[in-house]
Amino acid sequence: MLLNYIKIAWKVLLRHPFYTFITLFGISLTLTVLMVLTSFLDHLFGTHYPETRRDRSLYIMQMIQRDTAQSGRSTGPMSFRFLTDFVKTLKTPERVTICTMYNTSNAYVGSQKIKLNTKYTDADFWRIMEFEFLEGKPYNEQNITNGENVVVINDDLKKQYFDHPDEPVVGKTIDIENINYRVIGVIKGSPVTRPFTYADVYFPYTAPKSNYQQSGMRGRFVSIILAKQKSDIPAIQEEFQSRIGRIPLPGIQDGWKYNALEVKAEPYAQNFLGTILDGGPGLRTIFFGIIFFILFMLLGLPALNLVNVNVSRIMERASEIGIRKAFGAPIRTLVWQFIVENIFITFIGGAIALILTLIMIQLINHSGWIAYADLTINFNVFAVSMLVCLIFGLLSGVAPAFRMSKLSIAEALKS
Amino acid sequence: MITLTNIEKVYRTSSIETLALNNINLNIRKGEFVSIMGPSGCGKSTLLNIMGLLDEPSQGTVELDGQRVASYRDKELAHLRNQKIGFIFQSFHLINDLSVVDNVEIPLLYRSTNGKPRQTYAKEALEKVGLSNRIKHFPKQLSGGQKQRVAIARAIVGNPEIILADEPTGNLDSAMGNEIMNILQGLNSEGATIVMVTHDESMAKRTHRLIRLFDGTQVQ
Repeated sequence: MLLNYIKIAWKVLLRHPFYTFITLFGISLTLTVLMVLTSFLDHLFGTHYPETRRDRSLYIMQMIQRDTAQSGRSTGPMSFRFLTDFVKTLKTPERVTICTMYNTSNAYVGSQKIKLNTKYTDADFWRIMEFEFLEGKPYNEQNITNGENVVVINDDLKKQYFDHPDEPVVGKTIDIENINYRVIGVIKGSPVTRPFTYADVYFPYTAPKSNYQQSGMRGRFVSIILAKQKSDIPAIQEEFQSRIGRIPLPGIQDGWKYNALEVKAEPYAQNFLGTILDGGPGLRTIFFGIIFFILFMLLGLPALNLVNVNVSRIMERASEIGIRKAFGAPIRTLVWQFIVENIFITFIGGAIALILTLIMIQLINHSGWIAYADLTINFNVFAVSMLVCLIFGLLSGVAPAFRMSKLSIAEALKS
Repeated sequence: MITLTNIEKVYRTSSIETLALNNINLNIRKGEFVSIMGPSGCGKSTLLNIMGLLDEPSQGTVELDGQRVASYRDKELAHLRNQKIGFIFQSFHLINDLSVVDNVEIPLLYRSTNGKPRQTYAKEALEKVGLSNRIKHFPKQLSGGQKQRVAIARAIVGNPEIILADEPTGNLDSAMGNEIMNILQGLNSEGATIVMVTHDESMAKRTHRLIRLFDGTQVQ
């Protein structure tokens, strides 16, 4: 039966090449946009280099201090000391790193200024993240304790800063903000879209200007917790929250009294969207409204357009519908037939879209629009793309199928 | 086998009401070969459509094998058509995108017949109408007579008890028409009940009984 439907769908496609071209063009273009978007979302939220353990990691990005009496609120990263006392000492995780998000700095090659993105980390940062070292090695606790001015740089900075980028640079010095640092390792860079790991230069947290000795709760550091296994995540969150719960309140920060303190250890996507999702019903409505609108524009409008094309194409087949009904096809079976046919056509469009997507993401990866972009079509992206094809096929196939299946047999046979 | 009682069919548009059938009472017995004649527009095809459960009467009852079908839902009507009735149309109504054998298989698609046996039955039906050498052809590659034979094969592939033929020889020359008529008579002699709409007196004379319609009313 299925083969019969597909045979018919194929023949119908061949019947009017121009219409087929228009239909497939519309489907493939829509699906390409959706597949590239899916690939980009996977790039943002998936588990990729160098955060290859993101699926069993928790991120602590900010602390919220609230003054409930005056409805005041202060939000931002934390101090190294706070994270050392309350996160580094957790019992349940496999490992914890404390680092900063990236900041900007400058280096000079002769008179030419190079803008740099810098990051301060501890030694565990290199154990939790799986960076590929092209040269040398990461700094360790010994380098940090000794207060050595060492740095790890990425391959892009190596190319920009050093005269002979083909030669090893480990042991050479780099001048950043008038301080000389010895290069200890060169890594393959992390994409700019992964702010917890992206930087051009990585300093030990004891390096100048890190402010790691800052007192109080707030500072410029964040933390990533690596669980031994995914299933440990709730236990880690519970242990962390119980510690936060024991912090005496009210507290004073820079002369400001706060009554409530909120710090969350969350999986990456939740942490990323946390600001929006925690922002109250108004913000949530706007966020989901925008998402719905984008999806409608990307999926709904082309589907509606395809519904019209499909209706006119199915009208040509009134006689076939009449015959099938006369020989015993119930409405439900006919609806199913047209949906299967439409899904088959959508999947042809999906296959074309997959090829176009591959081309598009290669262009994005090599264009330099996103530093170190590594968009891919992995299993997740492929599965979501197939699901999108299916939804698109259903959206654009159901309405015409119902309309035609309800056609009176006698009328259909007259056409 | 088929009993029609007080059948009336009215076609309504916003401005006009047309009485297509008026007070038709008919009983088609098992194994009969009945022809329906009448001038164009007298309601012959409408009557055949009502007998074949392709259309509903505005009034009156249709009984198939003693069962009233008025309360039947789409699924039940489809099942009844599939099991009991085979249709032959003047303009063949073959699906041009499907091969001859795929066309003949259509009624079996809506039964729980698997692919292989389905093809075997379709080939047997085509053999019966003398077209076993054309199974891979497409309708466009066949003559009118051959197309009608494919349509007959499609009508009989599921061994229905009733065959309803709407001017099966209308689009064919007399020689080909005779050939089709011979096939229908052969099927009737094997036990099929056949109701045939025709304009051709000579064809009608070859059936057991003739029903004449005029302006939607049975006159014979």
